[in-house]
Amino acid sequence: MTEQPAVRPVSRRGLLTGGALAAGGTLAGAAAVTAARPAEPKARPAEAVPVAAFGSAVEPFHGARQSGIATDPQAHAAFVAFTLNPGTDRAALGRMLRLLSDDAARLTQGRPPLADTEPELGLLPARLTVTFGFGPGLYAAAGLDDRRPPSVADLPSFRIDRLQPRWSGGDLLLQICADDPVTVAHAQRVLVKDSRPFATVRWVQQGFRRAAGSEPGRTQRNLFGQLDGTANPKPGGPLETAVWVPDGPAWARDSTTLVVRRISMNLETWDLLGRPDRELAVGRRLDTGAPLTGTAEHDQPDFAATGPDGLTVIPDFSHLTRSHVTDDRLKILRRPYNYDGTPTAEGHADSGLIFTSYQADITRQFLPIQQRLAERDLLNEWTTPIGSAVFAIPPGCPDGGWLGQQLLG
Amino acid sequence: MPRTTVAGARRRPATLLAAAAACLAVGVAGCGSSDSSSSAQPSPSASVSASAAAGVLGIRDPWVKAADKGMTAAFGTLVNDGDTDVTVTAAATDVSPMELHEMTMKDGKMVMQPKQGGIVVKAHGSTTLQPGGEHLMLMDLKQQVKAGDELTFTLTFADGKTQTFTAVAKPFTGAQESYAPEHGQPAA
Repeated sequence: MTEQPAVRPVSRRGLLTGGALAAGGTLAGAAAVTAARPAEPKARPAEAVPVAAFGSAVEPFHGARQSGIATDPQAHAAFVAFTLNPGTDRAALGRMLRLLSDDAARLTQGRPPLADTEPELGLLPARLTVTFGFGPGLYAAAGLDDRRPPSVADLPSFRIDRLQPRWSGGDLLLQICADDPVTVAHAQRVLVKDSRPFATVRWVQQGFRRAAGSEPGRTQRNLFGQLDGTANPKPGGPLETAVWVPDGPAWARDSTTLVVRRISMNLETWDLLGRPDRELAVGRRLDTGAPLTGTAEHDQPDFAATGPDGLTVIPDFSHLTRSHVTDDRLKILRRPYNYDGTPTAEGHADSGLIFTSYQADITRQFLPIQQRLAERDLLNEWTTPIGSAVFAIPPGCPDGGWLGQQLLG
Repeated sequence: MPRTTVAGARRRPATLLAAAAACLAVGVAGCGSSDSSSSAQPSPSASVSASAAAGVLGIRDPWVKAADKGMTAAFGTLVNDGDTDVTVTAAATDVSPMELHEMTMKDGKMVMQPKQGGIVVKAHGSTTLQPGGEHLMLMDLKQQVKAGDELTFTLTFADGKTQTFTAVAKPFTGAQESYAPEHGQPAA
């Protein structure tokens, strides 16, 4: 420590000189890059997407299924849950959802919605999706509880839960995702304004992932530095099986369900852990995401493999062991976003995960995994569920239709 | 500006045609006191998207400000693809007598007033009806216009033709300047 030169005081003169040198170096570097560009076009990233293309990229709104679920996750998200006003009945829900569907149809396609007071903010959709979810209370308000998917109900309480009302429940959810945070903010403002005659805002959770295009095709990292979502069902058949309701009445077919859990992650106690212990807690390597018995992220874990000490390489208490599912029909699709609040005055982080799980049936798919994790998952030492809500994700709607029309129309 | 025919009207109840005609006969200033007995409920259709039947004008993105009572206004963009200017001379709807209004500066502040000579849409041009500008004024609501309701409007043109369109009611807190103080302000 005592030999580190960096702790020696630096003279103002030295700083100024160094600054000038740095500036000069930057300029020289820029000149070199400029000079090199015509001669070395191959030096530029081959897959770079023109910046302008991110802003104008569009995801569909109309269709048999809602967007924002199988959609490649956008960089930013706002989950907005509402409590319906006492007078919001089936007819009022119809009026509300027509308005919100029209807003979403326009916003997602880069067209300002009707009566938009800031229409210029509506011109860059940046892959905006608006996904509608119906909580148990919506079915009750509409007098249609017999059409509520049975698994869309409050979850049983788990030993690890420390749920706060401010992050829990909700009659209606709007999941707003885009690669541009300004687009998300504007869409949220428009949709909340049009909801005000019908409902009050119950909670909003805003989250983020890596910037659009920065890690194409990569599994996201949470703020513990772990890859998060490796075990998701693969796009195509497996995802199809896990997520979408294949049959039933019109309000059920092509629907799914969503569990939103706000998971507080204690970065202070996580900091006390060495890297090997962190990897044992998860059962995966932090850098590659490979199971401790493998070398690549998607290698199959070998839970039977033992080390020189006779213990299993992947501990029984690891998150990987407790959450592992092999049958596509029992898998869940995770599409999480990080959140990062304001640190306390002492510098303690308010960070965590907006955990989202999509599955055809919460009881059959989500609950068994959650129960195993609640019973025995070492990660529980550093994570605490502080919010929980469940929603049915109704089927999509055709052009000219509105979300929920199969249920309420 | 006498109007002697509404023969171009389509799909309009006779009572409304009579009311509209009465309005036109007495001039816009008298519309606020006209008393139509029609009270058809706004009937939401499958979509809030505007229906603009092939007509004199294209009517893009029409909407009306939701209101509990009193006055409110309808907005949108009128598009004229034709070779001649088109003049809107009147507007009508079931739930309220209507006037065509513009905003103008008077004694240092913006006030609304009836638009003399109607609303003109130039050939191959468009006119935007918007808060703070020209608009279709609903003078005295007979019933609540709830957010998400759809209202049917009929425009009458200088040549006597008419055109109907539907507009969705949006919650909207702006457009306060459109309301003369003596009429009170409807809740959003």
